[in-house]
Amino acid sequence: MGFPHDHDLEIGTILSRHFGDPKARELDTWLTYGGYEGLKQAVEMDPGEITTIVKDSGLRGRGGAGFPTGLKWSFMPQEKSGPHYLCCNADESEPGAFKDREILRWVPHLLIEGCLIAARAIRAEHAYIYVRGEYFPFTSILNDAVVEAYEAGYIGRDILGSGWDCDLTVHIGAGAYIAGEETGLMSSLTGGRAEPKIKPPFPAQSGVFGKPTTVNNVETLAAVPMILINGADWYRQWGTEKSPGTKLWCCSGHLVRPGNYELELGVPLKDVIYDVCGGAPDGKKIKAVIPGGSSTAMLTADELDVPSTYEGLQEAGSSLGTASPIVLNEDTNIVRAMRRIADFYAHESCGQCVQCREGTSWVAKILKRIEDGDGRLSDLDTLYDLCEQLTGRTICVLADSVVFPLRSSLDKFRDEYEALIGGRA
Amino acid sequence: MKKVHPAVVGAQPFQLAEHRPVERLFEDAEGRDRLEKSLSRYPEKKGALLPMLAYAQERNGWLSPEAMEEIAEALDLTPAYVRSVATFYTMYAKRPVGRYWIQVCTCISCHVNRGEEVFESFLEHTGTRAGEVSEDGRYTVIEAECLGACGFATVVQVNDRYFENVTPETVPEVLAQLEPGEPEA
Repeated sequence: MGFPHDHDLEIGTILSRHFGDPKARELDTWLTYGGYEGLKQAVEMDPGEITTIVKDSGLRGRGGAGFPTGLKWSFMPQEKSGPHYLCCNADESEPGAFKDREILRWVPHLLIEGCLIAARAIRAEHAYIYVRGEYFPFTSILNDAVVEAYEAGYIGRDILGSGWDCDLTVHIGAGAYIAGEETGLMSSLTGGRAEPKIKPPFPAQSGVFGKPTTVNNVETLAAVPMILINGADWYRQWGTEKSPGTKLWCCSGHLVRPGNYELELGVPLKDVIYDVCGGAPDGKKIKAVIPGGSSTAMLTADELDVPSTYEGLQEAGSSLGTASPIVLNEDTNIVRAMRRIADFYAHESCGQCVQCREGTSWVAKILKRIEDGDGRLSDLDTLYDLCEQLTGRTICVLADSVVFPLRSSLDKFRDEYEALIGGRA
Repeated sequence: MKKVHPAVVGAQPFQLAEHRPVERLFEDAEGRDRLEKSLSRYPEKKGALLPMLAYAQERNGWLSPEAMEEIAEALDLTPAYVRSVATFYTMYAKRPVGRYWIQVCTCISCHVNRGEEVFESFLEHTGTRAGEVSEDGRYTVIEAECLGACGFATVVQVNDRYFENVTPETVPEVLAQLEPGEPEA
């Protein structure tokens, strides 16, 4: 469970080729699979050279925003005036996403190697892996790998005899979605409430403990070792010019074969849903797909013939996000599903910004009222108004995140809202 | 005393069925070891706050006001600040919970796969209401936001274990597996 099922589409072989093989967690076996070869190269390289290769590969951040990784690294100061830090974001909490846990669980050494190479590129002496608290079983696997890597000299003093020192610490959260937002993560890592901070200053200027910091997602960092070993062009053989490489999909909801699949970027979304995952069970039709995790705009069943790239989903009015489609079948009550999504954001709002704290909770309350048959037509205007008030007015994008599914559900499934309201003005 | 590498000292499971209660956290060898190792991983003492909150819960099963005060003192923070951080995070138990803390995901992917029914089934089979400790001290059942295993709905976390593809009908099997001596899921 959790690793790819058999299907006809070509599967990428970068991240998931050892999923399901418990021996891959052990250093001895991992070395026979080519483990830490990228690190061996990296310690001989200048940080700028590493960044250039990753920049040329076109690798984009896999945490949802899709920001070019090499470019992000290049924002870090070239000359050091104090410590630099790398944070690996393993606070995976977006409803629909469950990919980072599979990397922690099956290939922890791949992640460790990616962290060290990234740390070398940004001149960091300490990498922190921030894992969501709930992931105890997967964190324990990572912990064992970290200890093994320390003992074998892949982490710590004078790594592989190169004279380069870098520490790595695993740090766990305690249940807060917002700790996955990069500035929220930094607040939490430094012993605070996971409250996001206004940018600027950007993390590359002032991050954890006030020092230059880069935050990268687990899946992003796990792709780095193979890119370094094989080169930028090798990585670009998959995907499109703007969205190169492969992506670990998380498919959930009403599907015959839900789970994780590593696929080339650009595969039509409908093929992922129908061919790879087998469509909805019990011969039901699909009503809607939330393609990139719960914070992305819903697509109807007629809108799925789009290439699964950052640009393709954007043109379709949604977002690739974390490539975590949540599939809703024809029997789904869209208002109820949307209410459940709104409940999540209302619960997870950190409460710093009034618009978000109040707005997300009012969205949830109004949706509940409509769901319970007590709604009015004017509620729909209020919900549209809330979409305006919750967009672009807050420190982070948690508030915006509820707007994408909400507005699309109002636009595309208005008839369902109206049927529950029943004409009350 | 369990030997813990400094690199992973702040990442130990802290929701466990077996507790090793202690009145003063940092007065025995293990507590001092955890504190020192945690402090060594961050440039500021405050960085060790989440690891120490987790450690207190690992030992005692919950975060008492006294434990928070002791942590505040050890890290040169005010008790009010420590409390403000502890109350921000849902996994820190601010009052005692059952030995088996059962969190049932009812977020969107579990919601459409009978998550709420699974939650109700746990309440029924444990004879509890949401959030309360069962009379025998065994169970506390709560609804959880996304647990990050959406492809295997409904997802249930009990202490440091995950149970996947749970249905209302398989709830008794999950409960039976919790007792010591039962095979892992």
